[in-house]
Amino acid sequence: MPSPTRVSAPADRLAASLVAPAMAADAPSLVTRRRLTGTMWWSLALIFLLCIIAIFAQQLAPYPPNAQLDIIGLKSRPPSGAHPLGTDQYSRDLLSRMLFGARISLSVAMLAVLLSATVGTAYGLISGYRGGRVDAVMMRLVAVLALWSPVPLSALILVIGLTGWFEVSRLVRAEVLSVMQREYVVAARGLGASGPRIVWRHILPNVLNPVIVSATLGVGNVIILEAGLSYLGIGARAPTASWGSIFFDGSDAFQTTWWIALFPGLAIILTVLAFNVFGTALRDTLDPHQLAGDRAR
Amino acid sequence: MRRYLAARLLQSLIVVVLVTTISFFLIRLAPGDPFSFTDFTMNNVVREQLRTQYGYDQPLPKQFIRFLGNVAHGRLGYSHSMQRNVGTVLAEAVPRTLLLMSAAIFAAFALGIAIGALQAVRHGSWLDRATSAVLMFFYSIPDFWLALMALLAFAYWIPLFPSGGMTDAVLHDYMSLGGRIRDVLAHLVLPALTLALLSAAGIARYQRSALLDVLPQDFVRTARAKGLAERTVVMKHALRNALLPIITLVGLSLPSLVGGAFFVEKVFAWPGMGYVAASAINARDYDLVTGTVIVGGIMVALGSLLADLLYAVADPRLRSR
Repeated sequence: MPSPTRVSAPADRLAASLVAPAMAADAPSLVTRRRLTGTMWWSLALIFLLCIIAIFAQQLAPYPPNAQLDIIGLKSRPPSGAHPLGTDQYSRDLLSRMLFGARISLSVAMLAVLLSATVGTAYGLISGYRGGRVDAVMMRLVAVLALWSPVPLSALILVIGLTGWFEVSRLVRAEVLSVMQREYVVAARGLGASGPRIVWRHILPNVLNPVIVSATLGVGNVIILEAGLSYLGIGARAPTASWGSIFFDGSDAFQTTWWIALFPGLAIILTVLAFNVFGTALRDTLDPHQLAGDRAR
Repeated sequence: MRRYLAARLLQSLIVVVLVTTISFFLIRLAPGDPFSFTDFTMNNVVREQLRTQYGYDQPLPKQFIRFLGNVAHGRLGYSHSMQRNVGTVLAEAVPRTLLLMSAAIFAAFALGIAIGALQAVRHGSWLDRATSAVLMFFYSIPDFWLALMALLAFAYWIPLFPSGGMTDAVLHDYMSLGGRIRDVLAHLVLPALTLALLSAAGIARYQRSALLDVLPQDFVRTARAKGLAERTVVMKHALRNALLPIITLVGLSLPSLVGGAFFVEKVFAWPGMGYVAASAINARDYDLVTGTVIVGGIMVALGSLLADLLYAVADPRLRSR
């Protein structure tokens, strides 16, 4: 094994164990599996519901999201019948803003994760397949880049996507190294298949599972990240709403207008929770060999 | 080991230089400069004059070269918003962040290890499942939200704790030594607990799976067969062997708690590195921004280096390398 893995040994171990399941040493018995699929279904249903809400925000929202309804009569009103989540300091309906905010928060998170999963997979495939010096240089580069926290630039999705693929690439490379030893890869090579064909047809399908899992778990992180970046003014620009920007709008005067900060926070938690639960359940189903218990026995 | 350390140090140095360079240009490209927000009664002619005096009207590459020269001589520059040298500001902020961080890390690991061990011992029970669900919930909460809600609930609605800052703004100077310590501790509780609860959720998950890895192993069975009390078996034999991944986490959590402290410090007005960084960005205080990035970057690099060293100490198999 080339030295880069040793250079970042503990980090690699941690990355590997990050993917090791929460249900770690559970023997995949029938009981746990049924329970897992149960949690898998409700979390998936919740994610589905959130996507529907985001898509049909226009139809669902009782008011336009940026309309200042009545700057005197409806300024900073607590939740009521006409405004279930209250209004903000510009008399805008909070529920409508949150429905539209779901669009920004969810689409930014999903697109960014899609981008980082794609780039990371491609990078890891090349690095792992080529091996040798190419691999050493590419992985050393990742080790340096991985210490990088996302740098604020203009296009949010690009930024998050292009700074989030490092762990994925390490994950994929490690998988490629093990898959390349399998008989079917050796056989394909023996039959004279070209390098790209082996990578595309034989290796890629067999390394995708951990990528899917880490991408699912990544969506939650990016939603929180987007919210944090919107505090720095890098996320959604006013008056466009994202859950993060609504939260930070409300956090200035949270003692008096607590609902503006409370509800977007709950929306973020619910969404992140759904993706985390689904990702964990997915991992236990797709990736049983990652179960730490198997290693110990 | 020595070669490995040198490589790591070099890597960290490159990262610190890169991140500093980027933040140098980014903060200058952001709208406004150190003098556009100070004192709105100031005449624009005076504003221009100040910009010229401090060299902010020079082309960026020229400013950057001057900045590099200053940093190479150990001069971090002057903070216009705090009216003091950046070095002085940071020298005050670093110990405050360290106090908050060490309290938070200690509480997080005590809590996380205890919960995780309990879950592993009671593996599969309702207690295990219930705590897993609660931990998953805490794992999904953004730090800025929990901080704000903790402040709202326990400082405003139920006023158990002070509402922010590190000391009582009026009375602290008139307190006895014991009173001062109690004052700081009271201000420390909410931010430290907020950080601790969030990280404890992740730590417990590692501790649980690590202990579950160890419990079915032969030496544990041997310990049980010797007739040792279950308590001794778990605490002395199993738990010690299940601490390796946790030790890695200790080191790796140092940098994340510096970063995570950004929002928590801001919400609780804890005047540490995160708070200084946030207000420096808002005030376009160029030198203070780059200063916090340099010092913060070095702290992060040292944290991850410490993680590797701790790991080598704990795992004799790694020491020979």
